[in-house]
Amino acid sequence: MSKFQPLSAYQQPLADGYQLLPFRFTSLNDSEYVLTNQASEFIVLERQTLEAVVRHQLPATDRLYDDLKSKHFIIDGDSSVATELLALKVRTKLKRLADFTGLHIFVVSLRCEHSCPYCQVSRQSDDRLAFDMSVETAEKSLALVFRSPSPGIKIEFQGGEPLLNFPLIRHVVERAEALNLAQRRDLQFVIATNLAVINDEMLDFCGEHNILISTSLDGPADLHNANRPRPGHDSYERAIEGISKVRGALGRDRVSALMTTTKLSLGRVRDIVDEYVAQGFRGIFLRPMSPYGFAVKTKWFKAYDADEWLEFYFAGLDYILALNRSGYPFTEFYAATILAKMLTPFEPGFVDLRSPAGTGIAAIVYNYDGDVYASDESRMLAEMGDKTFRIGNVHQDRYEDIILSDALLGPIEESFAASVPMCSDCAFEPFCGADPVFHHATQGDFVGRKPLSAFCERNMAIFRRLITLMRDDAEVRGIFVRWANARC
Amino acid sequence: MLTLSSRSVESRNLSDSPARIVMRVSDRQDRPRALRSREAFLVTNGDIPDGFGIYVALAKDAKALGSLPSQTKAMILPDDFSYLADGDVLRLWTKSNEVRVLYRRASFHNHFLLTERCNHYCLMCSQPPKNIDDSWIVDDVLAAIPLIDPSAQEIGFTGGEPTLLGDDLFRILRTMKSYLPHTAIHILSNGRLFADPEFAKRYADIRHFDMMVGIPIYSDVSTIHDYVVQADGAFDETIRGILNLKRYGQKVEIRIVVHGQTYARLPQLAEFIARNLTFVDHVTFMGLEITGFTRANLDSLWIDPADYQRELYRAVSFLADSQMHVSIYNHQLCVLDRRLWPFARKSISDWKNEYMPECEGCREKENCGGFFASAKIRYSDHIHPIAEVAAP
Repeated sequence: MSKFQPLSAYQQPLADGYQLLPFRFTSLNDSEYVLTNQASEFIVLERQTLEAVVRHQLPATDRLYDDLKSKHFIIDGDSSVATELLALKVRTKLKRLADFTGLHIFVVSLRCEHSCPYCQVSRQSDDRLAFDMSVETAEKSLALVFRSPSPGIKIEFQGGEPLLNFPLIRHVVERAEALNLAQRRDLQFVIATNLAVINDEMLDFCGEHNILISTSLDGPADLHNANRPRPGHDSYERAIEGISKVRGALGRDRVSALMTTTKLSLGRVRDIVDEYVAQGFRGIFLRPMSPYGFAVKTKWFKAYDADEWLEFYFAGLDYILALNRSGYPFTEFYAATILAKMLTPFEPGFVDLRSPAGTGIAAIVYNYDGDVYASDESRMLAEMGDKTFRIGNVHQDRYEDIILSDALLGPIEESFAASVPMCSDCAFEPFCGADPVFHHATQGDFVGRKPLSAFCERNMAIFRRLITLMRDDAEVRGIFVRWANARC
Repeated sequence: MLTLSSRSVESRNLSDSPARIVMRVSDRQDRPRALRSREAFLVTNGDIPDGFGIYVALAKDAKALGSLPSQTKAMILPDDFSYLADGDVLRLWTKSNEVRVLYRRASFHNHFLLTERCNHYCLMCSQPPKNIDDSWIVDDVLAAIPLIDPSAQEIGFTGGEPTLLGDDLFRILRTMKSYLPHTAIHILSNGRLFADPEFAKRYADIRHFDMMVGIPIYSDVSTIHDYVVQADGAFDETIRGILNLKRYGQKVEIRIVVHGQTYARLPQLAEFIARNLTFVDHVTFMGLEITGFTRANLDSLWIDPADYQRELYRAVSFLADSQMHVSIYNHQLCVLDRRLWPFARKSISDWKNEYMPECEGCREKENCGGFFASAKIRYSDHIHPIAEVAAP
């Protein structure tokens, strides 16, 4: 007799059956279902297999039995370490919550020399200083910034066009660095600018203080200039020249760009991606219009619906995947964020796609007038007269009052996806997020009715597409794993 | 293959000596006199300085011993040991005329077997465990450590299962830290005893600057892992052991031997590791060594490496794409998917590393890990010389 035992000797405990670990399932298509566990791991099963699984009828000899056990959907008497691993993974996914607010947005001026009809912040065109943040307001805001326990603090300067109030940026950066000598946080600065008015003095300062630049690039010149009017009709030329200057002065990857999809963009996604490739960017964030500011007033927001946007997005994704297949690495950043949730143990922490919502607790806005908002979108809404998400004022309120205000905590609690109708039993919930500001703006309700929600429609379609793409094509899966793990 | 031990040693005047002697070898004529009595002098054909504890000569140089006084302690080793050099460390069995080279100063592949006992009984064990009292090994290792060159880069500890030594393992590791503070340590363990948090903490408390435990996981499924290591419950203990080691900030490497019982789920295992054990420091996929139990189980273990390239590629690329540090050990380049070449390491210990007749004329031989000496019994049908040098 052999001194070695056969495999069957180690499978004895399986005879007692298996238990289900907590998971949710949602249809992927007519015949298949996506299952997700608590740590956002997923598996795709045929409907009849799923039925066998939940009825405890899946035989231990089935290859899928091992897959389901390995991914912590089921557990049997042979091994108990699964629950410890699951707990560890859930803690890892939620770890960012404990860090609290990391992104601090300073609206240093609402003035802008552009007059974009889709402007989501309702810029002011006159040069009155009433729309600039004062030094006093900035000081009060900074004091609040460092009350956040977050080990990483990113201060982002927004507008309007923030460079129109450059002296205040200089002041805030220098003061923040002085405060940080004692605070010792991982401190970063970003300026969100159209680059039209950047000059050498500003560039030198950005270089000395390691400041990142985030700019707008909507596509090729004709599209960009049509979307973003300014005196001289040269927004594109100035952006391109600015990008080149920033790269030369600060480094290739010290400038990133954001695009906004307008009615004019539809059908031109290849041109837009090509523009980003030609300008040497390593990826693009294909971004839909948001329902705020001038975009609503000018009806640009309603110029296309979720279906049209998805058609645009998927065409772009296909084109970007073709680029990758040809050996040119290029990332679609929204997909990359979702893929990080799907394919890694980590939570990417993107403020617009997380639950609990990132409002206030991941990002917070200090407006030019001293009002504090729960998010960038919140202050956009306020410029339209809706101050629902105004959570305080730097001159009047203490940190505790702001962070513990009902205006902040109410929407976060109500919109928490894991307990929201339809989200709570949706298999895609671990990949998704809560957006109380969007649903308030579009439906007058922090939660919103999901069948009417463009947020839900867009994201569900993307989740299904990403899962199908990588299930069907091993090469795409490899590309997606690389996107998911790029630490940017 | 280098011969590291022999039972055909001829000894002279050693009958009154201790049963085992651990000694450093010297070939220096000018070795300080104060050190000589504790060292072995390697006799070649030059002058022979006096005062050394033992004189060691290869058979071909044995005549030179004739010039020594007749009562001098001496040993004559087979000519296979011609690589012996100054600074090496030997263990002599004076009664049974055995010798083992414990440490070769010129090699990067020095490791000590700490025990032959094990709580695994792996299908492919290259060092079949013995349930014996071999605690004497600990004394030899403790005696050998101070003799090792302090500039040694790395020393490995293997078994058997080193953690079964308990306190003695910690003594050895602390001695390493004291005598060889700049030498990295690599321990091959199944990790199961680290499932006890107290044990893991005591290990971490050694506070060594560069100490890694290489731990095998053979499947993402508990039953298959337990079957491969022939120990029920091993999977859970090993995983808990890894979690505890990382909890205490210790370096952990995962070692996966690829064979007939493990290759099919390599992609799933890679995903399991990336998802659950993303914090380990290194993952390595290892070719099968045809020795020990592997020979007895060869029918169920052998798979031609050419036939598992698809699974290996999926596993390695997933881990690499997940930003994990991943390597392939013990594989020949000519059977590896070219996309895997950047991960291949020349990992086979120098003393048992060989090439086959098919390798004649291969342009990549210098870059190739080659074979275990034991591979002569069975190796891939697809071994062939590579005609062109791959682009870097």
